[in-house]
Amino acid sequence: MKIHEYQGKQLLKKFGVTVPRGIHCTTVEDAVKAAETLGGNIWVVKAQIHAGGRGKGGGVKVAKSLEQVREYAGQILGMQLITHQTGPEGQKVRNLLIEEGADIKHEYYVACLTDRATQSVAMMASYEGGMDIEEVAHKTPEKIVKVFINPLVGLTDEQALTLAKGMGMLEGSIPQCVDTLKKLYTCYMETDASLAEINPLIHEGDGTVKAIDAKFNFDSNALYRQPEIVAMRDLDEEDADEIEASKFDLAYISLDGNIGCLVNGAGLAMATMDTIKLFGAEPANFLDVGGGATTEKVTEAFKIMLKNPKVKGILVNIFGGIMRCDTIATGVVAAARETHLSVPLVVRMKGTNEDLGKQILKDSGLPIISADSMAEAATKIVAAVK
Amino acid sequence: MSIFINKDTRIITQGITGKTGQFHTEKCQEYANGKNCFVAGVNPKKAGESIFNIPIYGSVKEAAQQTGATVSVIYVPPPGAAAAIWEAVEADLDLAICITEGIPVRDMLMVRNKMKEKEAKGGKKTLLLGPNCPGLITPDEVKIGIMPGHIHKKGRIGVVSRSGTLTYEAVGQLTELGLGQSSAVGIGGDPINGLKHIDVMKAFNDDPDTDAVIMIGEIGGPDEAEAAMWCKANMKKPIVGFIAGVTAPAGKRMGHAGALISGGADTADAKLAIMEECGFKVTRNPSEMAKLLKAML
Repeated sequence: MKIHEYQGKQLLKKFGVTVPRGIHCTTVEDAVKAAETLGGNIWVVKAQIHAGGRGKGGGVKVAKSLEQVREYAGQILGMQLITHQTGPEGQKVRNLLIEEGADIKHEYYVACLTDRATQSVAMMASYEGGMDIEEVAHKTPEKIVKVFINPLVGLTDEQALTLAKGMGMLEGSIPQCVDTLKKLYTCYMETDASLAEINPLIHEGDGTVKAIDAKFNFDSNALYRQPEIVAMRDLDEEDADEIEASKFDLAYISLDGNIGCLVNGAGLAMATMDTIKLFGAEPANFLDVGGGATTEKVTEAFKIMLKNPKVKGILVNIFGGIMRCDTIATGVVAAARETHLSVPLVVRMKGTNEDLGKQILKDSGLPIISADSMAEAATKIVAAVK
Repeated sequence: MSIFINKDTRIITQGITGKTGQFHTEKCQEYANGKNCFVAGVNPKKAGESIFNIPIYGSVKEAAQQTGATVSVIYVPPPGAAAAIWEAVEADLDLAICITEGIPVRDMLMVRNKMKEKEAKGGKKTLLLGPNCPGLITPDEVKIGIMPGHIHKKGRIGVVSRSGTLTYEAVGQLTELGLGQSSAVGIGGDPINGLKHIDVMKAFNDDPDTDAVIMIGEIGGPDEAEAAMWCKANMKKPIVGFIAGVTAPAGKRMGHAGALISGGADTADAKLAIMEECGFKVTRNPSEMAKLLKAML
């Protein structure tokens, strides 16, 4: 789960990291009021969407008067902000963060994430902040310093100092930087984050170390014990169909192709998508119905897939284990009837009660195409939509 | 022979009284030597009772002492699952198999580091399989986990995969071609787990009754590449490799928490290339995994 920058900064602040004073708002009037409340003579108007690259896309502007705050807020609110992370259609801006200006002397990079290879928490830092870190990692990997934190011990003083020095932090600001890194680590662990990134972390003219941006991802397995994080969820920023699917315990992700697929198990679902591509078409979605699919779940899965106007055919691939093929077949028939299915449907079923399942499909009188292997199923559905 | 488990393995079920635990314990008991293998359950509130003729103990330690069991299978729900793993480790079992899906990553980080700390201090090493895995099976001997037993056939091919149904797919193809399995292992789809591809490949390499292996991976993480490099230098048996997720976009979690492309070296294409370089027979068509393997024997 992701949150907005302004929410990320609230979290950082709660854990003691210095952030600029700022106010979240959703209207132009409130944006101007926010600037007045903050005072001063320079403000930053920042679009709040769940994607990076906002500055390059025109979603971050520096205003030097209240008139400019009004002007920029008006431009940014409601715009379709396109960044390298949003896709070509962009994301509508519904929220703004109005912040006091910062006296930026240098921009650094800091991030915390879980490292699966070492089974520890990796914290990395770089002198090259403010830009795309993947580019830095690619071109000049030596400019990124990393430490691996044993979660039983936590971030040690020595490690924090290694990072602060390694990132080239201004000498006089190193103590505050060390303190900031420790607080970031605590925040990461206590909120069950899977990524916490400050890009840029800056030092100001007076040496103050401040977080100018905040990006967080959270472990969805841990949300049950993080009510404060769950309260920050902004459904407007998420795919409506994915949210609908999650209500029925279906893992659904929409893609660009025209073949809908319904599969049990994440690995088999990906393999099915790959097979569709191998035989010349593109999958319209990833959809894992999970282990305990019922008629209701299968029907909902069909409805969600068919909402996508690009879908020209559906491939169902089930390996019946604990879930029996006859149960799935009954679900598929009911779903095809209820949704008045008008696109070709290929069903491949293997495993427990396979013959019984195939018989149910046959007896339904529906034009369901049967297949024995994934390859055969993919060949048939690709041919059917052409 | 087989890897990790056989008909003489004695098993404790943690979470045996829950709905999932009950359902699968019955299925496991029905399979091959299951009646003799599943000897204990654990639930502190129901110690002294029994279920499916399996006695329930108050702790894993007590269950192990009373029955001589050396392996546990865990169906405990996510909030308590990492603690259940630790209980199995503290009881000095040989192997803990955690089926539970949805354990917070932080909990797994903590327990994995506690396990490593215990080993570093000279304590007994307990292997962990999973979490979020289907378990493992040695056909015609014992099944520990949630896989459908009847698709398996005793034989000499090893199967290892992160995903459950994709493991079944490979097993189903092998059985259809008349090729039985020595053991089939699902290592699970979580980012922080126990046994990895490399560990299972080492075990298959050492097993005199395994002739060849199907290794199946997914997008995300360095594990398959690490295993492939090891195999290049050490593996004496033919391997067919498949990686799911060629069509998966970066930055989207494909169902499994671990199936998320983060860098660039962990895409399906990159992993397939490394595996091929390391001498695997790789395929982009998951329907022909068994066929390819048969051609190599």
